This record gives sequence, structure tokens and C-alpha cells, in this order.
Amino acid sequence: MSHLSAENVSVAFAGLKALSAVDLQIMPGRISGLIGPNGAGKTTLVNVLTGFQTPTEGAVKLDGEALTGLKPHLVRRRGIARTFQGGRLFRDLPVVDNLEVTGVGLGMSRRAAIAEAEAMLDWIGIASLGSRIAGTLPYTDERRVAIGRALMGRPAYILLDEPAAGMSGPESKELSALIRRIATDLGCGVLLIEHNVGLVLGLCEHIVVLDSGAIIEEGSPVSIRGSEKVRHAYMGTTADADLPVLEVME
Amino acid sequence: MLQILFDALSLGSLYALGALGIALIFGVMRLVNFAHGDVIAFCVFALLWPSTDAMAIVFAGQLPWYLLVPFVLLCGAGLSVLCEIVVFRRFRKANPATMMITSFALGFVIRYFLLMLYSSRPKSISLLPTLSQPVEIFGARLPLLQLITIIATMAILIGLTLFLRQTRFGLEMRAAAENFSMARMLGVRANRVIMGAFALSGALAGAIALIFGSQTGTADIQMGASIMLMAFIATVIGGLGSLGGAVLAGFLLGAASVVMQVMLPVDARPFRDAFVYGAVILVLLFRPQGLIAARGTKERV
Repeated sequence: MSHLSAENVSVAFAGLKALSAVDLQIMPGRISGLIGPNGAGKTTLVNVLTGFQTPTEGAVKLDGEALTGLKPHLVRRRGIARTFQGGRLFRDLPVVDNLEVTGVGLGMSRRAAIAEAEAMLDWIGIASLGSRIAGTLPYTDERRVAIGRALMGRPAYILLDEPAAGMSGPESKELSALIRRIATDLGCGVLLIEHNVGLVLGLCEHIVVLDSGAIIEEGSPVSIRGSEKVRHAYMGTTADADLPVLEVME
Repeated sequence: MLQILFDALSLGSLYALGALGIALIFGVMRLVNFAHGDVIAFCVFALLWPSTDAMAIVFAGQLPWYLLVPFVLLCGAGLSVLCEIVVFRRFRKANPATMMITSFALGFVIRYFLLMLYSSRPKSISLLPTLSQPVEIFGARLPLLQLITIIATMAILIGLTLFLRQTRFGLEMRAAAENFSMARMLGVRANRVIMGAFALSGALAGAIALIFGSQTGTADIQMGASIMLMAFIATVIGGLGSLGGAVLAGFLLGAASVVMQVMLPVDARPFRDAFVYGAVILVLLFRPQGLIAARGTKERV
């Protein structure tokens, strides 16, 4: 069965271990979650999976074939896309151009890139934003455009790095519906990295919990909710006693 | 009155084209290319090729205009791309200050190369003499050249806008100018975009050389420097990296220079540039990020 996997991945920055011996699998059509306190190594793992960071040890494999050492844009061409924290759109460009340039970068003709960009905005439900300058969009729309950009060229896998950060309850519910459609309608394998644990518990079939660069727990939402280790990892690192709320978001 | 407007527009055209040439390159690689002025000077001297006599023998300059214009534009683009391949490519990862100093050095290399061939004495060239005939428009007598300068600049600006908006290469360039590393991650071909920016910038230098050369009727190895300074100031006022801002500021500078030339008391006119620079400082005090801030410079990956 096809899958994207990190196998025994370790990353060390000048002696500091950001990741140690992490194993992770992402399956097509399935939403997996990656949670953990700040500094746990979540974004580092996304960087490794997408070619932005070469692992010190271990490998990233797509259907069993090693991708390690490929540059980010080549990983992207192999069908592994990502979003970035904070969106990172081309803020001076219109929304549709943001998607179009991605298509062109993937090797599409300009005509094909425009057609797909428009179809994608329509699929997400933000076709009306196409001609807006990306930098003028409200926060939530910006995130949706970033997801649309990542979906250009119909990647087999998409890694979403904190897509709900700063969103209100109803806004993240809308986002949650979109992420579900990405998995079910497009058959995309999704890895969701989030601080909003409720969102992850509600969406993901399988959740991996990272703390200090190592996997401390993984399993179904039910088992993660009941895990003493997870509760402890979060409580031990957050000053705010209310965090996190380990409750499922509907 | 009309005369002042046309003076302002034609001087502004020169500054705007110069500023655009600098902003294009700054956009894609955060390099303030101080060699740009010397590329302009090089293009002016290209009109004298292949002769290097003390008496200026205009050779290329005598070509009919439909050959002359592409020839000079190609000279500019060619030299500019050569600078990129031979020099700037090696400094792509260097910090902006290092690149800036490199561009100064390269500018001197070009200037002294011209000095070696042509000596430092300004040469008079007569380029397309028919252009200095006056024409009458709405009661104002204008040199035909001034009119052509303004029209050509507008055509270049419109053409460049269309190019950036409507072509695949233009799209890649706009994305790269805003956030080069992100564009690269998305698969935009970095080398092609940078070489394209240098070629465009060089062609703009060629256009300036044609206009400036026919306006002044001289070829002087120093001639790029004065335009370069004003053009650089225009890119800063416009907001480094913003193409629209560079053009706008270029025209504003041209207008400010011409208006001050007219309005200042006679005794103060020799110091016109000091007043212009004073105005520049005032603008930057109130808008240190430039008139149109380019977002790419504020937020880098």
C-alpha cells in the first residue's frame, strides 16, 4: 500500500537533538495528527518530510523509495505539499496568481495553471477572492488560500502546519470541514500539525504526540485523550493551567 | 507652463527608467546595483564602436534608428547579463553590503575599461540630429526629442507592466521579487528569473543611454554616475523593491528638479540639487519605508 513515511529520523542542530528516532506514516485519504508542546519538534519533522531539512539520521520514503536529499521543489513535484505557519503567501500578488505561480513552478503551462487555480479556489469555496491582493485578506481566508496553493497539482500528500492558529471556534470548524474534504474528496493523505488539540482529536484517525523530539504516545483519539503521558507533557510545559483542553471538537 | 510640465516629464522619464533598472534587480536578489550607471555609460560608448579614435567617429550611431535602437538595447542587456554570470552569481549568498560593494567595484571596472579605450575627454556625438527640431504643441515649442522621450518611456512602462502581468515569466518574476526563497521552493527557476531581471535592467540602461546621449550630444565616461545617483534615490523613496514606487518616485524627482529650477531665486539655482536632496530627506523622515513599501523586504523567510 502506498504511503509516505519517516523512518528512524533524527535531526541534530549543533549537538542539540531536535528529533530522535522518529517513525511516522501518512496514508492516502487518511488524516493523521501531530501534536505536542512548543519546541517538541513538530515543524522540524514537517521540514524533514518536505525536503527543507536533511535528517542527520534516518530517511523519508515515498512508497518505499527514499526521498532523502531531494530539494523542496522536487519533493513537491513528487506530490508532497505543505503549508507554512502564518500562510506565507505572496502578499503583493492577487490570490489567483499565488496559485498560478505554484502551478507554473510545478511545470504546468500557464493556461493549465490558471484553469486549475480557478477550479481550486472554486472547490475551496473562495472563488470570489480570486482577484483580491493576498496581503489584504483576513486571516482565515489567507489560510484557505495557502491550502489552495498547496493543493495545486493535486498532491498525494499535504502537510498542514498549524492551519487553525488564531482562528475562532466557528472559523476552525469551517476549516475542519475543509480538511475532511481534502482527505475524502481528493483522496489526499493529510498530516495535521496543530496546537488546537480539540481540532486534531475531532478530525484524525491516528495521532502522534511529540515531546522534546521523541514520540511519547500514538494511537486513536480516544487513547490519546486518556493518556496520562500526554496530559503530563502538556501540563508540564504550559504555564497556563487551563491548557490544553483535551476535548473533542465536533 | 506646458513647457515646465514637459521638462518635468522628460527628466522624470530618465530617472524613472533608471530607478526601474535598479528596482528590478533589487527585487530578485536584494542587490543595489551601483554598476548600473556604468552600464549606461557603456551603452553610450557602444555608439562609437568599433572606432576608438580621439575624434569621435560615430559608427554604430549612424545606423538607421530601427537598427540602432535594438543594437543599443542588446548591448545593455548583454553586458548586464554578463555581469550576472561572471560576477554577481558568485555573490548570491553573500550579505547585501558585500554585494553592494561588489557592484561598486564592477562599476569601476567598466568605467576604467571605457577610460582605457576612449580616454576621459568627453566626446561630442551627434545622434539622430533630426530629433532636435522643435515641434509646436498647444502653443509650446518643444524639441521633438523631448516628446519622443516621454512617449518612449510611457511605451516602455506599459510594455513592462503587460509583460509582468501577462506572461509566465513575468508571473515568476513578480513572485520571486516578493519572496525569492518561497518562489524557489515552489519550483520557480531561480537562474532564469535572475538573468531575465538583469537583461531587462540592462535593456533599460540602453534606453537611457539613447535618450541621454541624444539629449546631451556627448559621450562621457562619467555620465552614468549622475543618473545612477538620482535613480538610486528614486528607488529608495519609492520603497526599495517596489517597481511602481520606483517609477513614481523617479517622476517626482524629475518634477521637483524642474520646479525648483523655475521657482528658486536666481542666486539659489546653482544649488538646486541641494534643495532636491533636502526634499528627499524630508520625505524619508516621514516615510522611512518609502512611498510604496515592498512587503518582501520587511518579511523574509
